[in-house]
Amino acid sequence: MSPRFVSPTADHWTTRFGLTALSLAFIGLFLVLPLIVVFGEALNDGLKPVWAAIEEPDALAAIRLTIVAAAISVPLNAAFGVAGAWLVTKFDFPGKGLLVTFIDLPFSVSPVVSGLIYVLVFGLQGWLGPYLSAHDIHIIFALPGIVLATIFVTFPFVARELIPLMNEQGRDEEEAAVSLGASGLSIFWRVTLPNIKWGLLYGVLLCNARAMGEFGAVSVVSGHIRGLTDTMPLHIEVLYNDYQYQAAFAVAMLLALLALVTLALKTFLEWRYADEIAATHHH
Amino acid sequence: MSIIAAALPVRRWRNPSALPGFGLTLGFTLFYLSAIVLVPLAALIIRPWEIGWSGFWDILSDVRVQHALRLSFGASLIAAAINTVFGAMVAWVLVRYRFPGRGLLDALVDLPFALPTAVAGIALSALYAPNGWLGRPLAEFGIRIGYTPYGVLIALIFIGLPFVVRTLQPVLAEFGRDAEEAAATLGATRLQTMRRVVLPALVPSILTGTALSFARAVGEYGSVIFIAGNLPGISEIAPLLIIIKLNENDYAGASAIGVIMLAASFAMLLALNLLQSWSASRQ
Repeated sequence: MSPRFVSPTADHWTTRFGLTALSLAFIGLFLVLPLIVVFGEALNDGLKPVWAAIEEPDALAAIRLTIVAAAISVPLNAAFGVAGAWLVTKFDFPGKGLLVTFIDLPFSVSPVVSGLIYVLVFGLQGWLGPYLSAHDIHIIFALPGIVLATIFVTFPFVARELIPLMNEQGRDEEEAAVSLGASGLSIFWRVTLPNIKWGLLYGVLLCNARAMGEFGAVSVVSGHIRGLTDTMPLHIEVLYNDYQYQAAFAVAMLLALLALVTLALKTFLEWRYADEIAATHHH
Repeated sequence: MSIIAAALPVRRWRNPSALPGFGLTLGFTLFYLSAIVLVPLAALIIRPWEIGWSGFWDILSDVRVQHALRLSFGASLIAAAINTVFGAMVAWVLVRYRFPGRGLLDALVDLPFALPTAVAGIALSALYAPNGWLGRPLAEFGIRIGYTPYGVLIALIFIGLPFVVRTLQPVLAEFGRDAEEAAATLGATRLQTMRRVVLPALVPSILTGTALSFARAVGEYGSVIFIAGNLPGISEIAPLLIIIKLNENDYAGASAIGVIMLAASFAMLLALNLLQSWSASRQ
Protein backbone atom coordinates (compact mmCIF):
# COMPACT_ATOMS: atom_id res chain seq x y z
CA MET A 1 0.00 0.00 0.00
CA SER A 2 1.42 3.33 -0.99
CA PRO A 3 1.25 6.02 1.68
CA ARG A 4 -1.45 8.55 0.85
CA PHE A 5 -0.92 12.24 1.54
CA VAL A 6 -3.14 13.52 4.32
CA SER A 7 -3.28 17.28 4.79
CA PRO A 8 -2.21 18.14 8.33
CA THR A 9 -4.90 20.81 8.58
CA ALA A 10 -7.78 18.61 7.44
CA ASP A 11 -10.00 17.11 10.09
CA HIS A 12 -10.33 13.34 10.25
CA TRP A 13 -13.31 12.14 8.23
CA THR A 14 -15.13 10.99 11.36
CA THR A 15 -14.80 14.49 12.85
CA ARG A 16 -15.93 16.02 9.60
CA PHE A 17 -18.90 13.72 9.29
CA GLY A 18 -19.87 14.08 12.96
CA LEU A 19 -19.70 17.88 13.06
CA THR A 20 -21.57 18.24 9.77
CA ALA A 21 -24.32 15.88 10.93
CA LEU A 22 -24.58 17.65 14.29
CA SER A 23 -24.79 21.07 12.59
CA LEU A 24 -27.48 19.89 10.22
CA ALA A 25 -29.43 18.36 13.10
CA PHE A 26 -29.14 21.51 15.23
CA ILE A 27 -30.20 23.85 12.40
CA GLY A 28 -32.92 21.41 11.39
CA LEU A 29 -34.38 21.11 14.88
CA PHE A 30 -34.09 24.74 15.97
CA LEU A 31 -34.55 26.72 12.73
CA VAL A 32 -36.13 24.62 10.00
CA LEU A 33 -38.67 22.66 12.03
CA PRO A 34 -40.47 25.84 13.28
CA LEU A 35 -40.70 27.01 9.67
CA ILE A 36 -42.19 23.67 8.59
CA VAL A 37 -44.69 23.90 11.46
CA VAL A 38 -45.97 27.27 10.16
CA PHE A 39 -46.73 25.84 6.72
CA GLY A 40 -47.97 22.53 8.13
CA GLU A 41 -50.45 24.15 10.53
CA ALA A 42 -51.62 26.69 7.94
CA LEU A 43 -52.18 24.18 5.15
CA ASN A 44 -53.62 21.44 7.37
CA ASP A 45 -57.02 21.63 5.66
CA GLY A 46 -55.87 22.81 2.26
CA LEU A 47 -55.77 26.29 0.76
CA LYS A 48 -59.42 27.23 1.21
CA PRO A 49 -59.34 28.12 4.92
CA VAL A 50 -56.07 29.99 4.28
CA TRP A 51 -57.85 32.25 1.77
CA ALA A 52 -60.79 32.65 4.12
CA ALA A 53 -58.49 33.80 6.93
CA ILE A 54 -56.67 36.25 4.68
CA GLU A 55 -59.79 37.68 3.02
CA GLU A 56 -61.43 38.38 6.35
CA PRO A 57 -61.83 42.21 6.78
CA ASP A 58 -59.68 42.49 9.92
CA ALA A 59 -56.89 40.49 8.25
CA LEU A 60 -57.04 42.70 5.14
CA ALA A 61 -56.94 45.80 7.35
CA ALA A 62 -53.88 44.38 9.14
CA ILE A 63 -52.13 43.65 5.83
CA ARG A 64 -52.91 47.17 4.62
CA LEU A 65 -51.61 48.76 7.84
CA THR A 66 -48.40 46.70 7.71
CA ILE A 67 -47.74 47.81 4.13
CA VAL A 68 -48.52 51.47 4.89
CA ALA A 69 -46.25 51.51 7.97
CA ALA A 70 -43.39 49.92 6.02
CA ALA A 71 -43.98 52.22 3.04
CA ILE A 72 -43.49 55.27 5.29
CA SER A 73 -40.68 54.06 7.55
CA VAL A 74 -38.43 52.25 5.07
CA PRO A 75 -37.92 55.22 2.65
CA LEU A 76 -37.31 57.56 5.61
CA ASN A 77 -34.66 55.23 7.04
CA ALA A 78 -33.15 54.76 3.59
CA ALA A 79 -32.84 58.55 3.17
CA PHE A 80 -31.35 58.81 6.63
CA GLY A 81 -28.96 55.93 5.90
CA VAL A 82 -27.66 57.62 2.75
CA ALA A 83 -27.29 61.04 4.43
CA GLY A 84 -25.66 59.56 7.54
CA ALA A 85 -23.26 57.42 5.52
CA TRP A 86 -22.32 60.41 3.33
CA LEU A 87 -21.65 62.50 6.46
CA VAL A 88 -19.58 59.82 8.20
CA THR A 89 -17.57 58.63 5.20
CA LYS A 90 -16.94 61.85 3.25
CA PHE A 91 -15.96 64.16 6.11
CA ASP A 92 -13.66 64.08 9.13
CA PHE A 93 -14.94 65.73 12.27
CA PRO A 94 -14.68 65.19 16.02
CA GLY A 95 -17.34 62.96 17.58
CA LYS A 96 -17.72 60.72 14.55
CA GLY A 97 -17.21 57.52 16.56
CA LEU A 98 -19.89 58.56 19.03
CA LEU A 99 -22.29 59.39 16.18
CA VAL A 100 -21.83 55.92 14.66
CA THR A 101 -22.41 54.32 18.08
CA PHE A 102 -25.66 56.30 18.43
CA ILE A 103 -26.79 55.23 14.96
CA ASP A 104 -26.27 51.58 15.98
CA LEU A 105 -27.96 52.04 19.35
CA PRO A 106 -31.52 50.98 18.39
CA PHE A 107 -30.21 47.47 17.57
CA SER A 108 -29.29 46.87 21.19
CA VAL A 109 -32.50 48.25 22.70
CA SER A 110 -35.28 45.79 23.56
CA PRO A 111 -38.26 46.09 21.18
CA VAL A 112 -40.56 46.63 24.15
CA VAL A 113 -38.37 49.48 25.42
CA SER A 114 -38.41 50.91 21.89
CA GLY A 115 -42.19 51.17 22.09
CA LEU A 116 -42.17 52.33 25.71
CA ILE A 117 -40.08 55.43 24.98
CA TYR A 118 -42.73 56.78 22.59
CA VAL A 119 -45.49 56.13 25.10
CA LEU A 120 -43.47 58.18 27.59
CA VAL A 121 -43.24 61.07 25.10
CA PHE A 122 -46.63 60.97 23.37
CA GLY A 123 -48.85 58.90 25.68
CA LEU A 124 -51.59 60.40 27.87
CA GLN A 125 -49.23 60.60 30.84
CA GLY A 126 -46.27 61.42 28.61
CA TRP A 127 -44.35 64.66 28.09
CA LEU A 128 -46.57 65.91 25.29
CA GLY A 129 -49.69 63.99 26.35
CA PRO A 130 -51.74 66.92 27.73
CA TYR A 131 -50.92 69.13 24.73
CA LEU A 132 -51.76 66.40 22.20
CA SER A 133 -55.05 65.47 23.82
CA ALA A 134 -56.04 69.15 24.06
CA HIS A 135 -55.52 69.46 20.31
CA ASP A 136 -57.06 66.08 19.52
CA ILE A 137 -53.86 64.71 17.94
CA HIS A 138 -53.51 60.93 18.14
CA ILE A 139 -50.04 59.42 18.02
CA ILE A 140 -50.08 56.54 20.48
CA PHE A 141 -52.72 53.89 19.62
CA ALA A 142 -52.74 55.27 16.06
CA LEU A 143 -50.75 55.11 12.82
CA PRO A 144 -48.09 57.74 13.74
CA GLY A 145 -47.05 55.77 16.84
CA ILE A 146 -46.83 52.53 14.86
CA VAL A 147 -44.70 54.28 12.22
CA LEU A 148 -42.41 55.84 14.86
CA ALA A 149 -41.85 52.50 16.61
CA THR A 150 -41.16 50.83 13.25
CA ILE A 151 -38.68 53.56 12.29
CA PHE A 152 -36.86 53.12 15.61
CA VAL A 153 -36.35 49.35 15.37
CA THR A 154 -35.24 49.53 11.71
CA PHE A 155 -33.22 52.72 12.18
CA PRO A 156 -29.65 51.37 11.62
CA PHE A 157 -30.21 48.85 8.80
CA VAL A 158 -29.38 51.01 5.75
CA ALA A 159 -26.73 53.17 7.44
CA ARG A 160 -24.93 50.13 8.86
CA GLU A 161 -24.70 48.57 5.37
CA LEU A 162 -23.64 51.80 3.61
CA ILE A 163 -21.03 53.14 6.08
CA PRO A 164 -18.48 50.31 5.67
CA LEU A 165 -19.18 50.14 1.92
CA MET A 166 -18.63 53.85 1.30
CA ASN A 167 -15.65 53.88 3.67
CA GLU A 168 -13.98 51.29 1.51
CA GLN A 169 -14.83 53.06 -1.75
CA GLY A 170 -13.14 56.23 -0.51
CA ARG A 171 -13.58 59.78 -1.77
CA ASP A 172 -11.42 59.79 -4.91
CA GLU A 173 -14.19 59.46 -7.47
CA GLU A 174 -16.33 62.15 -5.84
CA GLU A 175 -13.32 64.47 -5.48
CA ALA A 176 -12.47 63.99 -9.15
CA ALA A 177 -16.06 64.89 -10.04
CA VAL A 178 -15.86 68.07 -7.92
CA SER A 179 -12.62 69.12 -9.59
CA LEU A 180 -14.36 68.74 -12.93
CA GLY A 181 -17.06 71.14 -11.76
CA ALA A 182 -19.91 68.75 -10.98
CA SER A 183 -22.57 69.92 -8.55
CA GLY A 184 -23.25 68.07 -5.30
CA LEU A 185 -26.50 66.59 -6.53
CA SER A 186 -25.09 65.37 -9.83
CA ILE A 187 -22.10 63.83 -8.00
CA PHE A 188 -24.51 61.88 -5.84
CA TRP A 189 -26.73 60.73 -8.71
CA ARG A 190 -24.02 59.97 -11.25
CA VAL A 191 -21.01 58.89 -9.16
CA THR A 192 -22.00 57.75 -5.68
CA LEU A 193 -25.41 56.16 -6.24
CA PRO A 194 -24.24 53.82 -9.05
CA ASN A 195 -21.47 52.63 -6.71
CA ILE A 196 -23.71 51.95 -3.74
CA LYS A 197 -26.97 50.88 -5.39
CA TRP A 198 -26.70 47.17 -4.57
CA GLY A 199 -25.59 47.87 -1.02
CA LEU A 200 -28.50 50.29 -0.66
CA LEU A 201 -30.94 47.69 -1.99
CA TYR A 202 -29.49 45.11 0.41
CA GLY A 203 -30.00 47.44 3.36
CA VAL A 204 -33.53 48.33 2.24
CA LEU A 205 -34.39 44.63 1.88
CA LEU A 206 -33.39 43.83 5.48
CA CYS A 207 -35.00 47.04 6.74
CA ASN A 208 -38.30 46.14 5.05
CA ALA A 209 -38.33 42.57 6.39
CA ARG A 210 -37.90 43.82 9.94
CA ALA A 211 -40.40 46.68 9.44
CA MET A 212 -43.15 44.33 8.27
CA GLY A 213 -42.43 41.74 10.94
CA GLU A 214 -41.88 43.92 14.00
CA PHE A 215 -43.96 42.82 16.93
CA GLY A 216 -42.76 43.97 20.37
CA ALA A 217 -42.31 47.69 19.73
CA VAL A 218 -45.49 48.00 17.68
CA SER A 219 -47.41 45.98 20.26
CA VAL A 220 -46.69 48.63 22.93
CA VAL A 221 -47.88 51.61 20.89
CA SER A 222 -50.71 50.04 18.90
CA GLY A 223 -53.45 49.65 21.49
CA HIS A 224 -54.67 46.53 19.64
CA ILE A 225 -57.76 48.05 18.07
CA ARG A 226 -58.98 45.31 15.73
CA GLY A 227 -59.27 46.39 12.12
CA LEU A 228 -57.68 49.76 12.94
CA THR A 229 -54.29 49.53 14.67
CA ASP A 230 -53.45 45.84 14.37
CA THR A 231 -50.55 45.08 12.03
CA MET A 232 -50.09 41.56 10.64
CA PRO A 233 -47.93 40.29 13.55
CA LEU A 234 -50.40 41.76 16.05
CA HIS A 235 -53.33 40.21 14.17
CA ILE A 236 -51.57 36.84 14.47
CA GLU A 237 -51.36 37.33 18.23
CA VAL A 238 -55.06 38.24 18.47
CA LEU A 239 -56.11 35.17 16.44
CA TYR A 240 -53.80 32.88 18.39
CA ASN A 241 -55.03 34.07 21.77
CA ASP A 242 -58.56 33.64 20.40
CA TYR A 243 -57.81 29.93 19.75
CA GLN A 244 -58.23 30.50 15.99
CA TYR A 245 -54.99 28.60 15.37
CA GLN A 246 -55.59 27.81 11.72
CA ALA A 247 -56.29 31.46 10.87
CA ALA A 248 -53.30 32.61 12.93
CA PHE A 249 -51.00 30.27 11.02
CA ALA A 250 -52.54 31.34 7.69
CA VAL A 251 -51.52 34.96 8.32
CA ALA A 252 -48.21 33.75 9.77
CA MET A 253 -47.61 31.83 6.54
CA LEU A 254 -47.80 35.09 4.57
CA LEU A 255 -45.08 36.59 6.77
CA ALA A 256 -43.04 33.38 6.55
CA LEU A 257 -43.24 33.61 2.75
CA LEU A 258 -42.03 37.21 2.98
CA ALA A 259 -39.11 35.97 5.11
CA LEU A 260 -38.23 33.27 2.59
CA VAL A 261 -38.38 35.72 -0.34
CA THR A 262 -36.18 38.12 1.65
CA LEU A 263 -33.66 35.36 2.36
CA ALA A 264 -33.62 34.27 -1.28
CA LEU A 265 -33.08 37.83 -2.55
CA LYS A 266 -30.45 38.45 0.11
CA THR A 267 -28.55 35.30 -0.84
CA PHE A 268 -28.83 36.24 -4.53
CA LEU A 269 -27.46 39.75 -3.91
CA GLU A 270 -24.61 38.36 -1.78
CA TRP A 271 -23.71 35.94 -4.56
CA ARG A 272 -24.19 38.17 -7.60
CA TYR A 273 -22.93 41.48 -6.25
CA ALA A 274 -20.52 40.31 -3.54
CA ASP A 275 -18.06 43.11 -4.34
CA GLU A 276 -20.68 45.82 -4.06
CA ILE A 277 -22.16 44.81 -0.71
CA ALA A 278 -20.39 45.53 2.56
CA ALA A 279 -21.82 42.48 4.32
CA THR A 280 -19.94 40.13 2.00
CA HIS A 281 -16.74 42.21 2.05
CA HIS A 282 -14.09 40.80 4.28
CA HIS A 283 -10.54 42.04 3.99
CA MET B 1 -11.19 93.50 14.20
CA SER B 2 -12.03 91.67 11.01
CA ILE B 3 -8.53 92.32 9.69
CA ILE B 4 -7.01 90.67 12.76
CA ALA B 5 -9.39 87.73 12.49
CA ALA B 6 -8.51 87.27 8.84
CA ALA B 7 -4.80 87.42 9.57
CA LEU B 8 -4.95 84.77 12.29
CA PRO B 9 -4.64 81.17 11.19
CA VAL B 10 -8.13 79.75 11.44
CA ARG B 11 -8.46 76.62 13.57
CA ARG B 12 -11.10 74.55 11.91
CA TRP B 13 -13.13 72.14 14.01
CA ARG B 14 -13.17 69.68 11.15
CA ASN B 15 -10.67 68.80 8.46
CA PRO B 16 -11.46 70.54 5.18
CA SER B 17 -13.03 68.42 2.47
CA ALA B 18 -13.52 69.23 -1.18
CA LEU B 19 -16.88 67.50 -1.18
CA PRO B 20 -20.16 69.34 -0.71
CA GLY B 21 -23.06 68.51 1.60
CA PHE B 22 -21.50 68.65 5.05
CA GLY B 23 -24.01 71.10 6.51
CA LEU B 24 -27.01 69.41 4.89
CA THR B 25 -26.16 65.84 5.91
CA LEU B 26 -25.00 66.89 9.39
CA GLY B 27 -28.23 68.80 9.96
CA PHE B 28 -30.50 66.02 8.71
CA THR B 29 -28.59 63.26 10.52
CA LEU B 30 -28.55 65.06 13.86
CA PHE B 31 -32.20 66.10 13.59
CA TYR B 32 -33.42 62.63 12.64
CA LEU B 33 -31.22 60.91 15.24
CA SER B 34 -32.38 63.25 17.99
CA ALA B 35 -36.06 63.11 17.09
CA ILE B 36 -36.26 59.34 16.69
CA VAL B 37 -33.65 58.02 19.12
CA LEU B 38 -32.06 60.44 21.57
CA VAL B 39 -35.00 62.53 22.82
CA PRO B 40 -37.37 59.55 23.34
CA LEU B 41 -34.59 57.63 25.12
CA ALA B 42 -34.02 60.67 27.33
CA ALA B 43 -37.72 60.58 28.19
CA LEU B 44 -37.22 57.06 29.53
CA ILE B 45 -34.02 57.80 31.45
CA ILE B 46 -35.53 60.86 33.15
CA ARG B 47 -38.87 59.27 34.03
CA PRO B 48 -37.96 57.27 37.16
CA TRP B 49 -36.61 60.43 38.86
CA GLU B 50 -40.21 61.53 39.38
CA ILE B 51 -40.58 58.82 41.98
CA GLY B 52 -37.07 59.23 43.43
CA TRP B 53 -34.50 56.63 44.38
CA SER B 54 -36.66 55.04 47.05
CA GLY B 55 -39.61 54.65 44.68
CA PHE B 56 -37.28 53.24 42.03
CA TRP B 57 -35.89 50.67 44.49
CA ASP B 58 -39.35 49.78 45.75
CA ILE B 59 -40.36 48.79 42.22
CA LEU B 60 -37.19 46.82 41.57
CA SER B 61 -37.27 44.99 44.89
CA ASP B 62 -40.73 43.66 44.14
CA VAL B 63 -40.50 39.85 44.00
CA ARG B 64 -42.32 39.58 40.67
CA VAL B 65 -40.04 42.16 39.02
CA GLN B 66 -36.91 40.55 40.42
CA HIS B 67 -37.95 37.16 39.19
CA ALA B 68 -38.72 38.47 35.71
CA LEU B 69 -35.35 40.20 35.48
CA ARG B 70 -33.54 37.12 36.78
CA LEU B 71 -35.30 34.93 34.20
CA SER B 72 -34.60 37.31 31.31
CA PHE B 73 -30.92 37.65 32.16
CA GLY B 74 -30.37 34.06 33.31
CA ALA B 75 -32.08 32.36 30.37
CA SER B 76 -30.31 34.74 27.96
CA LEU B 77 -26.95 33.81 29.47
CA ILE B 78 -27.62 30.08 29.13
CA ALA B 79 -28.97 30.52 25.58
CA ALA B 80 -25.91 32.58 24.62
CA ALA B 81 -23.62 29.86 26.03
CA ILE B 82 -25.42 27.13 24.07
CA ASN B 83 -25.37 29.28 20.93
CA THR B 84 -21.65 29.90 21.37
CA VAL B 85 -20.87 26.17 21.27
CA PHE B 86 -23.24 25.27 18.44
CA GLY B 87 -22.72 28.54 16.55
CA ALA B 88 -18.95 28.03 16.54
CA MET B 89 -19.48 24.48 15.31
CA VAL B 90 -21.83 25.56 12.50
CA ALA B 91 -19.40 28.32 11.46
CA TRP B 92 -16.52 25.84 11.37
CA VAL B 93 -18.53 23.37 9.29
CA LEU B 94 -19.69 26.10 6.87
CA VAL B 95 -16.19 27.53 6.34
CA ARG B 96 -14.03 24.41 6.39
CA TYR B 97 -16.12 21.60 4.92
CA ARG B 98 -17.65 21.11 1.48
CA PHE B 99 -20.80 19.04 1.26
CA PRO B 100 -24.03 19.05 -0.76
CA GLY B 101 -26.54 21.53 0.64
CA ARG B 102 -23.90 23.76 2.23
CA GLY B 103 -25.24 26.86 0.45
CA LEU B 104 -28.76 26.18 1.66
CA LEU B 105 -27.56 25.62 5.23
CA ASP B 106 -25.63 28.88 5.02
CA ALA B 107 -28.73 30.79 3.88
CA LEU B 108 -30.94 29.15 6.52
CA VAL B 109 -28.73 30.41 9.36
CA ASP B 110 -30.24 33.87 8.76
CA LEU B 111 -33.80 32.60 9.16
CA PRO B 112 -34.22 34.02 12.70
CA PHE B 113 -33.22 37.47 11.34
CA ALA B 114 -35.82 37.26 8.58
CA LEU B 115 -38.71 35.42 10.24
CA PRO B 116 -40.94 37.79 12.27
CA THR B 117 -40.74 37.02 15.98
CA ALA B 118 -44.50 36.52 16.34
CA VAL B 119 -44.40 33.85 13.61
CA ALA B 120 -41.48 32.12 15.32
CA GLY B 121 -43.33 32.44 18.61
CA ILE B 122 -46.53 30.65 17.57
CA ALA B 123 -44.52 28.04 15.64
CA LEU B 124 -42.38 27.21 18.68
CA SER B 125 -45.50 27.11 20.79
CA ALA B 126 -47.17 24.66 18.37
CA LEU B 127 -44.03 22.53 18.56
CA TYR B 128 -43.41 22.45 22.29
CA ALA B 129 -46.83 22.97 23.88
CA PRO B 130 -47.90 19.88 25.89
CA ASN B 131 -50.11 18.78 22.96
CA GLY B 132 -47.69 20.00 20.27
CA TRP B 133 -45.65 18.22 17.60
CA LEU B 134 -42.72 17.60 19.93
CA GLY B 135 -44.44 18.45 23.19
CA ARG B 136 -46.70 15.39 23.15
CA PRO B 137 -43.95 12.76 22.67
CA LEU B 138 -41.75 14.58 25.18
CA ALA B 139 -44.60 14.62 27.69
CA GLU B 140 -44.65 10.83 27.62
CA PHE B 141 -41.13 10.94 29.04
CA GLY B 142 -42.28 13.45 31.61
CA ILE B 143 -40.46 16.35 29.92
CA ARG B 144 -42.28 19.67 29.71
CA ILE B 145 -40.83 22.53 27.67
CA GLY B 146 -43.78 24.68 26.63
CA TYR B 147 -45.14 27.00 29.35
CA THR B 148 -42.00 26.52 31.48
CA PRO B 149 -38.68 28.43 31.68
CA TYR B 150 -37.26 25.84 29.24
CA GLY B 151 -39.66 27.20 26.63
CA VAL B 152 -38.13 30.65 27.15
CA LEU B 153 -34.71 29.09 26.65
CA ILE B 154 -35.70 27.38 23.38
CA ALA B 155 -37.01 30.67 21.94
CA LEU B 156 -33.85 32.53 22.97
CA ILE B 157 -31.65 29.87 21.35
CA PHE B 158 -33.69 30.31 18.15
CA ILE B 159 -33.24 34.07 17.89
CA GLY B 160 -29.61 34.20 19.07
CA LEU B 161 -27.92 31.56 16.92
CA PRO B 162 -27.15 33.64 13.79
CA PHE B 163 -25.18 36.21 15.80
CA VAL B 164 -22.42 33.74 16.76
CA VAL B 165 -22.26 32.11 13.30
CA ARG B 166 -22.21 35.39 11.39
CA THR B 167 -19.59 36.99 13.65
CA LEU B 168 -17.25 34.02 13.50
CA GLN B 169 -17.67 33.01 9.84
CA PRO B 170 -15.71 35.85 8.14
CA VAL B 171 -12.94 35.71 10.74
CA LEU B 172 -12.59 31.97 10.28
CA ALA B 173 -12.57 32.34 6.48
CA GLU B 174 -9.76 34.86 6.73
CA PHE B 175 -7.79 32.93 9.33
CA GLY B 176 -5.17 31.23 7.18
CA ARG B 177 -4.04 27.67 7.65
CA ASP B 178 -0.38 28.72 7.98
CA ALA B 179 -0.40 28.64 11.75
CA GLU B 180 -2.15 25.26 11.75
CA GLU B 181 0.38 23.89 9.27
CA ALA B 182 3.26 25.22 11.35
CA ALA B 183 1.83 23.57 14.45
CA ALA B 184 1.46 20.29 12.56
CA THR B 185 5.08 20.38 11.31
CA LEU B 186 6.21 20.93 14.90
CA GLY B 187 4.52 17.70 15.81
CA ALA B 188 1.30 18.94 17.40
CA THR B 189 -1.69 16.65 17.19
CA ARG B 190 -4.87 17.97 15.59
CA LEU B 191 -6.49 18.38 19.00
CA GLN B 192 -3.48 20.27 20.38
CA THR B 193 -3.50 22.55 17.32
CA MET B 194 -7.20 23.29 17.79
CA ARG B 195 -6.85 23.99 21.50
CA ARG B 196 -3.58 25.92 21.52
CA VAL B 197 -3.50 27.62 18.09
CA VAL B 198 -6.93 27.97 16.50
CA LEU B 199 -9.17 28.55 19.50
CA PRO B 200 -7.08 31.31 21.17
CA ALA B 201 -6.99 33.24 17.90
CA LEU B 202 -10.77 33.09 17.59
CA VAL B 203 -11.65 33.95 21.20
CA PRO B 204 -12.38 37.67 20.63
CA SER B 205 -14.80 37.00 17.77
CA ILE B 206 -16.43 34.11 19.62
CA LEU B 207 -16.99 36.35 22.63
CA THR B 208 -18.34 39.12 20.39
CA GLY B 209 -20.85 36.66 18.98
CA THR B 210 -21.79 35.52 22.48
CA ALA B 211 -22.30 39.12 23.62
CA LEU B 212 -24.45 39.98 20.59
CA SER B 213 -26.55 36.86 21.09
CA PHE B 214 -26.98 37.66 24.79
CA ALA B 215 -27.88 41.31 24.13
CA ARG B 216 -30.56 40.29 21.65
CA ALA B 217 -31.98 37.62 23.97
CA VAL B 218 -32.32 39.86 27.04
CA GLY B 219 -34.77 42.18 25.30
CA GLU B 220 -36.55 39.56 23.20
CA TYR B 221 -40.34 39.53 23.44
CA GLY B 222 -42.25 38.20 20.41
CA SER B 223 -40.76 34.75 20.05
CA VAL B 224 -40.87 34.12 23.82
CA ILE B 225 -44.34 35.08 25.03
CA PHE B 226 -46.31 32.40 23.15
CA ILE B 227 -44.22 29.46 24.30
CA ALA B 228 -43.46 30.77 27.81
CA GLY B 229 -46.97 30.59 29.23
CA ASN B 230 -46.11 33.78 31.16
CA LEU B 231 -46.78 32.54 34.68
CA PRO B 232 -45.76 35.30 37.13
CA GLY B 233 -42.75 34.20 39.14
CA ILE B 234 -42.12 31.19 36.88
CA SER B 235 -41.96 31.95 33.18
CA GLU B 236 -42.64 35.69 32.98
CA ILE B 237 -39.90 37.71 31.23
CA ALA B 238 -39.00 41.33 31.99
CA PRO B 239 -40.15 42.85 28.65
CA LEU B 240 -43.60 41.31 29.17
CA LEU B 241 -43.77 42.80 32.66
CA ILE B 242 -43.13 46.24 31.13
CA ILE B 243 -46.17 45.76 28.89
CA ILE B 244 -48.31 44.49 31.78
CA LYS B 245 -47.40 47.53 33.87
CA LEU B 246 -48.15 49.86 30.95
CA ASN B 247 -51.57 48.25 30.52
CA GLU B 248 -52.19 48.92 34.22
CA ASN B 249 -51.22 52.58 33.59
CA ASP B 250 -48.25 52.06 35.93
CA TYR B 251 -45.87 54.27 33.94
CA ALA B 252 -43.38 54.52 36.80
CA GLY B 253 -43.14 50.75 37.15
CA ALA B 254 -42.81 50.22 33.40
CA SER B 255 -40.08 52.85 33.07
CA ALA B 256 -38.13 51.55 36.09
CA ILE B 257 -37.83 48.12 34.45
CA GLY B 258 -37.21 49.84 31.09
CA VAL B 259 -34.31 51.84 32.55
CA ILE B 260 -32.70 48.66 33.91
CA MET B 261 -33.00 46.99 30.50
CA LEU B 262 -31.62 50.09 28.78
CA ALA B 263 -28.69 50.20 31.23
CA ALA B 264 -27.99 46.57 30.35
CA SER B 265 -28.04 47.51 26.64
CA PHE B 266 -25.52 50.31 27.24
CA ALA B 267 -23.30 47.96 29.26
CA MET B 268 -23.38 45.38 26.47
CA LEU B 269 -22.60 48.06 23.88
CA LEU B 270 -19.59 49.16 25.95
CA ALA B 271 -18.44 45.56 26.39
CA LEU B 272 -18.75 45.01 22.64
CA ASN B 273 -16.70 48.11 21.87
CA LEU B 274 -14.00 46.92 24.29
CA LEU B 275 -14.03 43.47 22.68
CA GLN B 276 -13.69 45.10 19.27
CA SER B 277 -10.66 47.15 20.24
CA TRP B 278 -9.16 44.09 21.97
CA SER B 279 -9.47 41.96 18.85
CA ALA B 280 -8.19 44.85 16.68
CA SER B 281 -5.11 45.21 18.89
CA ARG B 282 -4.36 41.51 18.52
CA GLN B 283 -4.25 41.59 14.74
